[in-house]
Amino acid sequence: MIPISAYLVVAAVLFGIGTVGVLTSRNLIIVFMSVELMLNAGNLVLIAFSRALNVLDGHVFVFLVLTVAAAEAAVGLAMLITLYRNRETVNIDRFDLLKW
Amino acid sequence: MIDFSSVADNFNVIYPELALLIGAFAVLLLGTVKRFAGLCTSVAGLTALIALWLAVDQFGTQQSGFFGMVTCDAFGSAFKIIFIAIAIVTMLIAHRFMIVKQIARPEFYALVLISTFGMIVMANTTDMIVMFLGLEIMSVPLYVLAGFARRSLQSNEAGIKYFVMGAFASAFLLMGIAFVFGASATTDLRRIVADFSYIIYHSGLYMYVGIALILVGFGFKIGMVPFHAWVPDVYQGAPTPVTAFFSAGPKAAGFAVLLRLFMFGFEGVAELSSIFWVLAVLTMTAGNVLALLQDNIKRMLAYSSIAHAGYILIAFAVGGEDALSAAIFYSIAYAIFNLGAFAVVVLLETRSGCRSDFSELAGLSKASPYLCAVLALFVFALTGFPPTIGFFGKFYLFSTAVKAGFIWLAVIGVLNSFVSVYYYLRVLKVSYFDRVEQPALSVSYTPAITLVLLITAAGTLGFGLFPQKLLEFAQSAVFAFL
Amino acid sequence: MFETFYPILFLVLFATFLAFMLVAFSIILGRRTSLGKKFQAYECGITPEGSTKDPVPIKFFQVAILFLLFDIEVIFLYPWAIVSRQLGWFGFIEMLVFIVILLVGYFYVLGRGALKWD
Repeated sequence: MIPISAYLVVAAVLFGIGTVGVLTSRNLIIVFMSVELMLNAGNLVLIAFSRALNVLDGHVFVFLVLTVAAAEAAVGLAMLITLYRNRETVNIDRFDLLKW
Repeated sequence: MIDFSSVADNFNVIYPELALLIGAFAVLLLGTVKRFAGLCTSVAGLTALIALWLAVDQFGTQQSGFFGMVTCDAFGSAFKIIFIAIAIVTMLIAHRFMIVKQIARPEFYALVLISTFGMIVMANTTDMIVMFLGLEIMSVPLYVLAGFARRSLQSNEAGIKYFVMGAFASAFLLMGIAFVFGASATTDLRRIVADFSYIIYHSGLYMYVGIALILVGFGFKIGMVPFHAWVPDVYQGAPTPVTAFFSAGPKAAGFAVLLRLFMFGFEGVAELSSIFWVLAVLTMTAGNVLALLQDNIKRMLAYSSIAHAGYILIAFAVGGEDALSAAIFYSIAYAIFNLGAFAVVVLLETRSGCRSDFSELAGLSKASPYLCAVLALFVFALTGFPPTIGFFGKFYLFSTAVKAGFIWLAVIGVLNSFVSVYYYLRVLKVSYFDRVEQPALSVSYTPAITLVLLITAAGTLGFGLFPQKLLEFAQSAVFAFL
Repeated sequence: MFETFYPILFLVLFATFLAFMLVAFSIILGRRTSLGKKFQAYECGITPEGSTKDPVPIKFFQVAILFLLFDIEVIFLYPWAIVSRQLGWFGFIEMLVFIVILLVGYFYVLGRGALKWD
């Protein structure tokens, strides 16, 4: 039996990679991918705990999160396309119309 | 013979939600047929009214369904009424604006309805899975709404920024829920509360990590400092009626869930009080100070909404039933006068070529004195002057803080209100006293927006003079807190 | 505690070994031919043309996204199918509601003409 800590470490690493990706990446597509990575880290934690505790709730939750992530990705990509049509770029540094 | 009673029992609980959802679908489908597209607005409005009626009818009852996943208690049903009312006001504000800006599409109304549905789902459950789902049902339409003006670069940018921040926050929230689940082997807050000391004793670390991550996730959603950076950008870039909706609906929904989580679910964590103390002070101070520097009204209102979130966070530091009802009261009050203020901004923006900078207000008192008077009323409410509802809301919040011994918190809150006087009254200074060469463009009222202005002004002044009814409403929402 | 990981270690070693073996066999036993066709992206079927950076019509993207949405929503049907007997009519009605929601989305997509190719 693999200890729960192993799963948690992997999830933490994934979550960290995702967070760094969102915060530092200049390309919106990569930002989206990083967000998905973070969500999947959450999924991994849910599954791991669910198995360790022998409770099904976590598995069910993961199904729901998967569909939610798909819906989010669809909306995000659609908005990206709209933006690209208007601006011809997906580089975050160029989105500077709104600043304080 | 098939027994449908179990079906009816469960669907009983969610009649208002069902009405909203059916309305949204009808709008979507009607919108695709040219001949019926004109009906969409009225269908959306009608269903929202029906949902409001159903929600009022449901208020005061206590039911749960769907295997305990949906709990419609007094707290939840109170917020049902609030959310639906906010949606109706938003649609009334938006109607004319969307036509003038040439972005009138039936999808707008469907998205508002679906988003409201999500808010209701969020507030009417004690299960964290359903909370997460509700949050996403609320947020995904909001991303689209922020970028609704497809041809406008600012709106595009606001949409993308909101999307990235929102998804980022959701990931934190999901991680937090996963850890809390890992600590307690359940996602139901009622069971967590029942075994709280046991859970903390056996897997306290997971629980603390989870709670911290959940706080970060919701901190993003309600615009809490230091997770507030997206708020001004999104508020400024989104179409103004959408901004009005953002500042009222999702904010109230975020607070509803936060109240449920931190004043019920994780109430046993004593350290949270001092954490919220710091967060409240940071949020209101940062919001108020940064609002001083703004030249755009929408941006100023964005920072002011951060500051008001800070005021509500005081209730979390204080804790207890009084603070809870004070927080509910303040959320309602803020929704009323902030929607009013945004209705004025929307009305001003329907004039040609206006970007809602402060300078555009100059000469408004001459051009449209009534509008200016109403604006003054909302500004007074935002500042917290008597006899408006803003004063009473703040008074109630600060006095519960003092009663519970959080005197410094109340003092900092009052000082912050004094800072806010400066930038709020600047609105009035510009519109009443600034001289202009050419008279300001006059605004054209529509019945819908006049109705909104009348309702919000009446609410601001009426509940300010006679707060008893609203107070009772807020207190009754607390008592059956389940 | 690492005993539990031995199967994984074995799997990794075996996979590596197998990969090396297969490559080695094909190098040793295979016939060398250096035809131009071998350096194309597809050895048979479609003739590749143009660069990969050419813009692709947005239609493909639209259909792909819509497919993704409807495809992933269907994962709820499998768990439901397993417990549908225990859930009884309540579960059936719930699933009907879910399907109707998806259908509304489908008809919306159809009505907006997102699936029209020309």
